Amino acid sequence: MGRLIAQNRGFAGALLLFAALFLTYNLLHPRGFSSAVFVQNANESVAIAFVAMAQTVPVLMRGLDLSVGAVMTLSACVASYLLTGSALEISFGIVAVLATGTAFGLMNGLIVVYGRLQPIIATLATGAIAIGLALLLRPQPGGDVDGDLGWALTNTVWDFADTYGIADGGEAWWIRPFADIPVPLILLVGVAALVWLPFKRTVTGRTIYAIGSAEGAAYVSGLPINRAKLAAFTLAGFFSACAGLYLALQTSTGNADTVQAGAYTLNSIAAVVLGGTALAGGIGGAIASVIGALILRLISFYFRILDIEPLLQPLIEGLVLLLAVSAGAWRTFSVKNRLELFR
Amino acid sequence: MTTPIIDLRGISKSYAGIRALEGVDFAAQRGSVHAILGENGAGKSTLIKIISGVVQPDAGEMRLKGQPVRFSTPSAATAQGVVCMFQELSLIPDLSVADNISIAAPPRRFGLIDRKAQLSRAAELLARVRCEDVDPRTLVRDLSLSRRQMVEIAKALGRGPQVLILDEATSALTAQDVQTVYDLLGKLTGEGVTTLFISHRMHEVEALCDRLSVFRNGRHIETFAKGERTDAEIVRLMIGRDVTAKYPPKPAPVVRPPVLKAEGLEWESALKGVSLSLGKGEILGVGGLDGQGQKELLLALFGVLKGVRGKVELGGRGLPSSPVDAKTGQPRVALIPEDRKTEGLMLPMSIADNLVTAAFDRITRSGVINPARLDAAVQDGIARLQIKVGSVTDAVRTLSGGNQQKVVIAKWLMTEPDIILMNDPTRGIDVGTKQEIFRMMRDLADGGKSILFYSSDYAELIGCADRVIVLYDGRVVRELEGSTITEEAIVGASLNIGTAA
Repeated sequence: MGRLIAQNRGFAGALLLFAALFLTYNLLHPRGFSSAVFVQNANESVAIAFVAMAQTVPVLMRGLDLSVGAVMTLSACVASYLLTGSALEISFGIVAVLATGTAFGLMNGLIVVYGRLQPIIATLATGAIAIGLALLLRPQPGGDVDGDLGWALTNTVWDFADTYGIADGGEAWWIRPFADIPVPLILLVGVAALVWLPFKRTVTGRTIYAIGSAEGAAYVSGLPINRAKLAAFTLAGFFSACAGLYLALQTSTGNADTVQAGAYTLNSIAAVVLGGTALAGGIGGAIASVIGALILRLISFYFRILDIEPLLQPLIEGLVLLLAVSAGAWRTFSVKNRLELFR
Repeated sequence: MTTPIIDLRGISKSYAGIRALEGVDFAAQRGSVHAILGENGAGKSTLIKIISGVVQPDAGEMRLKGQPVRFSTPSAATAQGVVCMFQELSLIPDLSVADNISIAAPPRRFGLIDRKAQLSRAAELLARVRCEDVDPRTLVRDLSLSRRQMVEIAKALGRGPQVLILDEATSALTAQDVQTVYDLLGKLTGEGVTTLFISHRMHEVEALCDRLSVFRNGRHIETFAKGERTDAEIVRLMIGRDVTAKYPPKPAPVVRPPVLKAEGLEWESALKGVSLSLGKGEILGVGGLDGQGQKELLLALFGVLKGVRGKVELGGRGLPSSPVDAKTGQPRVALIPEDRKTEGLMLPMSIADNLVTAAFDRITRSGVINPARLDAAVQDGIARLQIKVGSVTDAVRTLSGGNQQKVVIAKWLMTEPDIILMNDPTRGIDVGTKQEIFRMMRDLADGGKSILFYSSDYAELIGCADRVIVLYDGRVVRELEGSTITEEAIVGASLNIGTAA
């Protein structure tokens, strides 16, 4: 246990910060610790949490993906056309939306690996392309998303069961203990547990860490470097699509919002760093970034319950981010060869 | 004679026009421990990189157990049982010991890495190298260098080698670990594993190997069984090269007042008590095999390293606290760095900008660059070293290696240094430019500057230096002066064997 904390100091710090912020927030909130507040918070956090997971994978191998927000927006616009009709049609729509983002991520990977471009500039360009496609799809905000699905996936487990009339409309004894849990949280945990955690335990996943930690050593150890880079960007595309899918469900529309896409991309980097993932690569993980994203969102929630000038929000967010990041910089003091600081 | 397990025929390899290996025939037998010896740059590293698939030969053929093979990647070599333990460690610092040991082919369950099996496999392999004290769950970055090297050996073992290549595998090990490696190699040899052993520690070669091959200037000189040659003969085989450069005549030895005195310099594990004294107008050569602390010594004297212990007298002050302090204090110190591409130059910037980067105080007036002074300084620098440039606004990247190095030197001469630390300044440049640099060094020394000159090429030390100190394992093991500076003496001291001077 001690070792686990020592080896994941950044993550442990982020968890602590999150717990403190979360508890204080609910204590201060007039309706703190209630299911309604919980659902609202979860709804507003899930998209950024997915985008933060997306950003984490390239960052782990010392790259940045500047297209994650744009791919989310593109996926949301696709979703605004496809998430309607019969159950079968909707299922197909969900798969198609996820496939869109995943394919876009794979394209990023192909450009980086075989086009030999720097990830940051390649994804800056492809991000603009994604926004362009989104604008073609949705020149004006609009679309038609199945109302039942939107309602069921953005509320509590009880609402979900009630909407679809399963488990006696949410009254069955075995669903009671979970009735108040927000569905978006379950989706987030589900994707993390079913996609990220298993992926981390593959040779490809491990190679992503190895590339960020010491690419030369990864090469001489015979690790599949190209495959890992492709996988990293593909996975980033998939998580971005999850975010887009959720956004469409939550807002019932598709909106090619350029400003929002950019903000999500930048916030995803902030969330990754807050979660304790090193921008230099090799250390961290997607779960940590989810915590980072939740911290980021929690800070903004405070403005609603405290009497703070909303104009101060960016300033305070910036200060918190700066403080959190400084805590991780102490390591540089132990460097004995100053030249190593520049490598 | 049985079919050799490894058989190279006519292997050649060049890097950017510089020949690293030429027409090498080399064979190793099954179950033998085969030493590969040679000076810096003799081609040892290239040879093992080719055998282990890190680089591909330009020409020639490799056979494994009689079958022609071509390894395009290290994993291809590993798959055929050729496993290399690299000098620059191949461990991933941010992953655990267990992860590293099974890095490319971990045990799996349902397609996913089986961490439990991985842990027990790591524990088992660590036990084989008697490192039970290393917890497989520790991150590699938290291990000491000697433990990392043992983990590296365990990792190599885990790949089921038929040919095991150990490149300076024992350089950071404790005496007890070395004994463990000896025992292990003995056992592996009994099982028919072939070991290629690259080491500069002659006593290890003596104790372990049954055959020795000497390389020189990219060629395979001779292979013989242990005991067929004396140490002195081996040293002579390693030298024996053509003279490639002419050196300016050295002045008669005189007593020189010291400008720099260091006593017992210690830093991390690289410097273990280096003492030296550099006189005014003297060129003091620093010799030894690569990685014996020479680079760290120069970096320490230039104020780059933190936590250096020991006594330094440098004018009225001690060790410079930073490069800024080094170049502005009295006496002024300059460092011609090891890697001109990363530490010496800003490659995309212009020649003019590069020339003045260390001496902005000469060309500015109240903090603003004065164009007339800038121009004068740049022209001065170019003339001083006769740098061949088209236009000074060209990117420095467009110059040849030799001219790039001249820009680095000119840049530092512009600070009017009293002491110049040179870290292998002639690496990868042509003979003509080398001669110009040697000429310039002597002129500077005659003009009262002092030069501390590290070169990986012993001939340069013999040709240029008034005195030579040879470093071995972070200590000065020999000091040579005047006619005692011979290749035999330097090579002998570099290997830390008592060849008569």
